[in-house]
Amino acid sequence: MSSVDIQTVLPELALAIYAMVALLGAVYTGKDALAKPITWITGAVMVAIALMVAGGDGAHASFGGMFLDDAYARFAKVAILLAAAAVLVMGEATMSRRGLLRFEYPILVALGTVGMMMMVSAGDLMSLYMGLELQSLSLYVVASLNRDSVKSTEAGLKYFVLGALSSGLLLYGASLTYGYAGTTLFSGIIQAANDGHVGLGLLIGLVFVTAGLAFKVSAVPFHMWTPDVYEGAPTPVTAFFATAPKLAAMGLFGRVLFDAFGGAIGDWQQIIALLAVLSMFLGAIAAIGQTNIKRLMAYSSIAHMGFALMGLAAGTEYGVQAMLLYMAVYLTMNIGTFAFIMSMERDGRPVADISALNQFAVNDKLRGLAMLILLFSLAGVPPMLGFFAKYGVLIAAVQSGLAWLAVAGVIASVIGAFYYLRIVYFMYFGEEGAGVEMKMSPAAWVALVGSAAIVVLGVVNFFGIETAAAAAAEALVK
Amino acid sequence: MNNLLSIITFLPLVAAVILALFLRGDDEAAVRNAKWLALAATVATFLFSLLLLTGFDSANTDFQFVEEGEWIMGLKYKMGVDGISVLFVMLTTFMMPLTIWASWGVKSRVKEYMIAFLLLETLMLGVFMALDLVLFYLFFEAGLIPMFLIIGIWGGKERIYAAFKFFLYTFLGSVLMLVAMVYMYVDAGSTDIPTLMAHKFGSDSFSLLGIQIVGGAQTLLFLAFFASFAVKMPMWPVHTWLPDAHVQAPTAGSVVLAAILLKMGGYGFLRFSLPMFPIGTDVMATFVLWLSVIAIVYTSLVALVQEDMKKLIAYSSVAHMGYVTAGIFSLNQQGVDGAIFQMLSHGFISGALFLCVGVIYDRMHTREIDAYGGLVNRMPAYALIFMFFTMANVGLPGTSGFVGEFLTLVGMFQANTWVALVATSGVILSAAYALYLYRRVVFGDLIKESLKSITDMDGREKMIFAPLVFMTLLLGIYPSLVTDMIGPSVEALLTNFHAAVPADVAEMAQTASH
Repeated sequence: MSSVDIQTVLPELALAIYAMVALLGAVYTGKDALAKPITWITGAVMVAIALMVAGGDGAHASFGGMFLDDAYARFAKVAILLAAAAVLVMGEATMSRRGLLRFEYPILVALGTVGMMMMVSAGDLMSLYMGLELQSLSLYVVASLNRDSVKSTEAGLKYFVLGALSSGLLLYGASLTYGYAGTTLFSGIIQAANDGHVGLGLLIGLVFVTAGLAFKVSAVPFHMWTPDVYEGAPTPVTAFFATAPKLAAMGLFGRVLFDAFGGAIGDWQQIIALLAVLSMFLGAIAAIGQTNIKRLMAYSSIAHMGFALMGLAAGTEYGVQAMLLYMAVYLTMNIGTFAFIMSMERDGRPVADISALNQFAVNDKLRGLAMLILLFSLAGVPPMLGFFAKYGVLIAAVQSGLAWLAVAGVIASVIGAFYYLRIVYFMYFGEEGAGVEMKMSPAAWVALVGSAAIVVLGVVNFFGIETAAAAAAEALVK
Repeated sequence: MNNLLSIITFLPLVAAVILALFLRGDDEAAVRNAKWLALAATVATFLFSLLLLTGFDSANTDFQFVEEGEWIMGLKYKMGVDGISVLFVMLTTFMMPLTIWASWGVKSRVKEYMIAFLLLETLMLGVFMALDLVLFYLFFEAGLIPMFLIIGIWGGKERIYAAFKFFLYTFLGSVLMLVAMVYMYVDAGSTDIPTLMAHKFGSDSFSLLGIQIVGGAQTLLFLAFFASFAVKMPMWPVHTWLPDAHVQAPTAGSVVLAAILLKMGGYGFLRFSLPMFPIGTDVMATFVLWLSVIAIVYTSLVALVQEDMKKLIAYSSVAHMGYVTAGIFSLNQQGVDGAIFQMLSHGFISGALFLCVGVIYDRMHTREIDAYGGLVNRMPAYALIFMFFTMANVGLPGTSGFVGEFLTLVGMFQANTWVALVATSGVILSAAYALYLYRRVVFGDLIKESLKSITDMDGREKMIFAPLVFMTLLLGIYPSLVTDMIGPSVEALLTNFHAAVPADVAEMAQTASH
């Protein structure tokens, strides 16, 4: 381990050390009384690290190629850090009002974030698994943070059992890959895969690794856990599940497919395309019957993962760029939407029933409008950024001759539009009902209105993240 | 002024933003300010668009007032008008102040109402000016949002069903167009509309899932765009969203829908289908012609049995749009000229008819034809104006309705005599349903107790109709005002079209259609 190695992992190191110091500090002092400051400080530390990561350049491989730091990893890391910070800060007030703001929460989120940063930087099956497990274990715990609630603990347990199963699949695939490629390094696997043709053993390894990763991005048919976990976990935690880990898993997916199996695009393209089309349709159709907005958002995220996978399925540099842009827009929209959802209360208890939003926008114009914008963006209606995200992946798909996938995608998006419209319908022209109280902290308000503004104003210049995404894609697809 | 088009397009948006941000409160003063600001903004937009009309050189068939700038995702912000689009821009800016003024009586959520209409105006104008595929799609599609809200919030009893139907129908049509646009971009490497017009898309026939596709990629692209524009027009059999949307929408919403939004479909055919997929168009032309005449006859018959005034006029709109599509797909000068003329004329006439319904709806709060009768006794001015537009709708010579129908019929006759024969019967049917409606509502004795105290139109209402009467007469008496303006562009369009269609494809299409 040289000093160069240390320098490459400095952001992860800093966050990990911070998390441990905070843990010690909290354990030896006031415990939960410190939860609030720790949450805010964690958010600040994450933003600081994001700035640090954003300042980096070039491509470095350290620890013998096990850890990669390139534009692709940096793009994903910045997005992960910012999303995690936003979710922490906007959920703080809600968590503390529900008596759930234990000091472990921000610390676990920070550790999970370290895992996600490891995932997108992985250059080896070992470091991949390390990052993945660090992330997953943190998430299992925060899912059941509300330990007195049956649903929350059930969510944690379900997540754990299914997550463990997927890790098992992934490990099995990794061991096969190692067996047939003779190395766990991505740079070695790609040579083995390029050598003439991909052997059957390696192919089976690829399939198992893909299945494991599909669990993590909740792509159909590996999505079963998503609605239950989304529903059971406390809403601010759900917000976290829906954002940063999705990007990390998608980033890792891209990493494995291109860095390790970039020579076998023809072999995995069909798998990813199938995952994409199934996710888009199941996400669109299953959400129609939902009355619980958290479950609805779970299916919505499944459908969105389908679209992001469409970018990956293209197997091109532009496809990766489109996928990254898609994920960035997806994070923004979901942060705003969940800032809204987590504030829905009645008589001090959280409400998740859509019909509670009846006539909401009549009395609360600004927040109603912000939500309207986000919902139309989620549906992919221009001029919101959600449309441009979809446009990008469609271009990528058609460029690679996957026009059928593009057609399937747009049809699924029309079906999906129905349930987003249904929420708009309740908010704007529903019947007078029991109503809902909005207990919204200033931070959540900023998250909601800010993301709505970003989604609209982004139509002018996309805030320049296009160039960053292009550089990231170029770094991944050589 | 180099940015004239952007100014025209975004002026209403600016007003909408000002309304949203700076106008607080729901008291009477705020409501009044919202109305006046919206009216002022739409009038200002109209005045700016007059500059467009004066500066427009109709002999030049290229795009004029072109603006170009870099935009996101490799797209361009490019706006421009030619002979085909300039009058649609004028139609929009002309109708919007009247629409806003006609909404003076709106009671609930006035500020949001005005914002929605201003937003809608920006988006509609953008559709007619955009010279980039995706920019066009953006305006085309984003218009669904304010319209969805207008129907859903300010609409009638069944508004929710109508709003959803409107949104999902049109959305399904347009996403298929989106895929076609993506394909075009990948194929041609550009989303610039003039570039795409010059690009030749593949037209070699191939077999897809066992079906022989005559005209190849062009036919598929044509069908994808057709899915969108046919729904928007709307053409039979995908017209069913329109009567629902019209009936449920508030008066101003119906006016905008009939006068402007429906024209986007026809405009789309002229801007995309004909110049970009000439072979696909040629293959499908006969099919579209027959769909159009079925629409004319079928929807006219349906209009005859309607009990609801708005629904009747909505079906009559579908029938009149049938003349438009038939004119366009006649693929000759008279047909296309007539189609554009018919769209403009229908914009004034159907807009006015919906306003006529609005006038009595505001008084009686019902659109049932049976609830009326004998209105002439108490509302002579109304009876006169309603009569005028009923006649224009029927296509009485001297009104603009006649010119549009006549030109399209001439065009159709040259393209396909049988089509023209069937379509002409629609002229008779339109007289039947329009006069039947008029007789039931206006003539007879005033026996209904509820109508005994109904008042005639006030000054504001008369003033709203005045410009519409003027335009209907002007275009009816002096049609070359329009045809001179659109003629050269249409001629260029058709010359390019016929140059691109080789004779053997035309024959192939004919054998395929037999």
